[in-house]
Amino acid sequence: MTPRITLATAARVLLQLRRDRRTLWLVFVVPPVLLALFRYVFDGQDAVFDRIGGPLVGLFPFISMFLVTSIAMLRERTTGTLERLMSLPLAKADLLAGYALAFGLVAALQATITSTVAFGLLGLDSAGPVWLVIGLAVANALLGMALGLFLSAFATTEFQAVQFMPAIVIPQILLGGLLTPREQMAEPLQWLSDVLPLTYAYEALAHATQDGSLDADLAVNVAVVAAYVLVALALGAATLRRRTA
Amino acid sequence: MNAAAIAVDALRVRRGGKPVLPGVSLEVRRGVVTGLLGPSGSGKTTLMRAIVGVQIVEAGTVNVLGLPAGAPELRRRVGYVTQAPSVYGDLTVRENLRYFARILDVPTAQIEHTIAVVDLERQADQVVHTLSGGERSRVSLATALLGEPDLLVLDEPTVGLDPVLRRDLWATFHRLAAEGATLLVSSHVMDEAARCDELLLMRDGRIVAAAPPAAILEQTGAGDLESAFLALAEAH
Repeated sequence: MTPRITLATAARVLLQLRRDRRTLWLVFVVPPVLLALFRYVFDGQDAVFDRIGGPLVGLFPFISMFLVTSIAMLRERTTGTLERLMSLPLAKADLLAGYALAFGLVAALQATITSTVAFGLLGLDSAGPVWLVIGLAVANALLGMALGLFLSAFATTEFQAVQFMPAIVIPQILLGGLLTPREQMAEPLQWLSDVLPLTYAYEALAHATQDGSLDADLAVNVAVVAAYVLVALALGAATLRRRTA
Repeated sequence: MNAAAIAVDALRVRRGGKPVLPGVSLEVRRGVVTGLLGPSGSGKTTLMRAIVGVQIVEAGTVNVLGLPAGAPELRRRVGYVTQAPSVYGDLTVRENLRYFARILDVPTAQIEHTIAVVDLERQADQVVHTLSGGERSRVSLATALLGEPDLLVLDEPTVGLDPVLRRDLWATFHRLAAEGATLLVSSHVMDEAARCDELLLMRDGRIVAAAPPAAILEQTGAGDLESAFLALAEAH
C-alpha cells in the first residue's frame, strides 16, 4: 500500500462525484428533506420522532454510500478501468482505502448537514453529543460502502446493482429494531436480526441519541459494526481479481 | 538473459468453455514493432491478455521481459491498451492522465508530453465522454504511454482514426521502438501489416506465419500481404 496512490485514488473518486452535481444534491438534500417529512408526518408525537429521527440521521449515509459505491465499482468493472488498475502498481488496499477515504468524507458532510437540520431546525433531541451521531454515521457509511463494493461483484448491470439496495437494506431496517423493538419479534426473526450488521449500527445510534453515555454498551456495538466493515472489505477485496477468465 | 521480449510456449486458454488458444508458441523480438494480424475472433485479444497477465490460462508458459507474465515487477514495465478505451468518462483528459501518472509516479511534465504525442492538446480539459470514439481511444493509449514502459501491448489502437493521425501514431510506435521499447500491436486490417518490422499472422488460435513482411511475401510469392495471408490460411 502506498499513501501517494491511496490519496490519488480518493482525490479521483471525489473529482468524479464533484462532476456529478445532481448526485451530490441528492446525497446532501434528500436526507434532511426526508427527516423533515418524518417530523411532520409524526406531528404531535414528538416521542416517536425522537426515537426514530436520531438513528435515521446515522442510517441515511449507509443507504447512500451502499448505492453510490455499488454503481461506482460496477462501472469500474464494466468499463475496464478496474482491469487497467489491476495491471498497474496499485495495491488492492490502495483502491479500497481510496474509496473509503472519499466516501467517508462525503458521509461526514452529509451527516453534518442532516444533523444541523434535524437538531437545529426540526427540534430533534439527542441525549448524547451530536459529534457522536456524526461519527456513527461515518461508520455506517463505511459499512454501506464495503457491502456495496462486495455486492457489485454479483451485478452485471446497473439495474441489478440498484435492486440489491432494497434486497439488502430493507430487511435490515425491518429487523434492526428501528420500527419494532427486537424483543417483540418472533424468536427466529431475532436470530436473523442478531447476525445483521445494521442491528448493531441501529443499537449504537439509539444508544447515542436516547442514553448518550459513552459506555461499554456503545463500545460493543461500535466494535461489531467495525468488524463487519472489515469482513465486508476483505470479501470485497477478494472480488478484485488481477486475472480473469 | 532471454533475448526475446516475449516468449510464449504451448499456451492453452479456454474462454466460455471453448478453447480459444489450443497450444500457441511464439517469440517477440525486443526493440521492434511486431504486428499481430488476424481476423476478428482469431484469439488476438486473448493472447494479448495472457501476455499482460490478466488472463487465466489453462496450460503453458508466458515469459515477458524475462519474468513470468503478470509478475508484480512487470506492472510498471508493461503498458496495455484494451480495444475498448478504459479511462474514466466523467474526468477530463488531463485529470485521467494525472491520476494514472500519480499511480506510476511519473513527473507532471510527462503528462503534457504524452498529451502532445497523441495529439489531444486542444481536448486536454474536455470531459472524456464528450469526445469522439477515436479521441477516447487516444486517451486510453496516452495512459499506457505515460510510464514509458519497456513493453507496449496495444489491442487495435488505430481503429477509426483519421489516416493522418494513424500515420503519425505508427511513426510514434517506431520512434519508441528505436528508443528501445518493444511493441506488440494487433490489427485486423492488412494495410497496417506493412508498417510492422515483424508479423505474427493468426488464425483460429494458431500462428500461421511469423516473419518480417518482406519474408512473408517472398515465402508465399504473393503480390500483397492480403493475398499472402489468404495463401497461408488455406495451406493450414
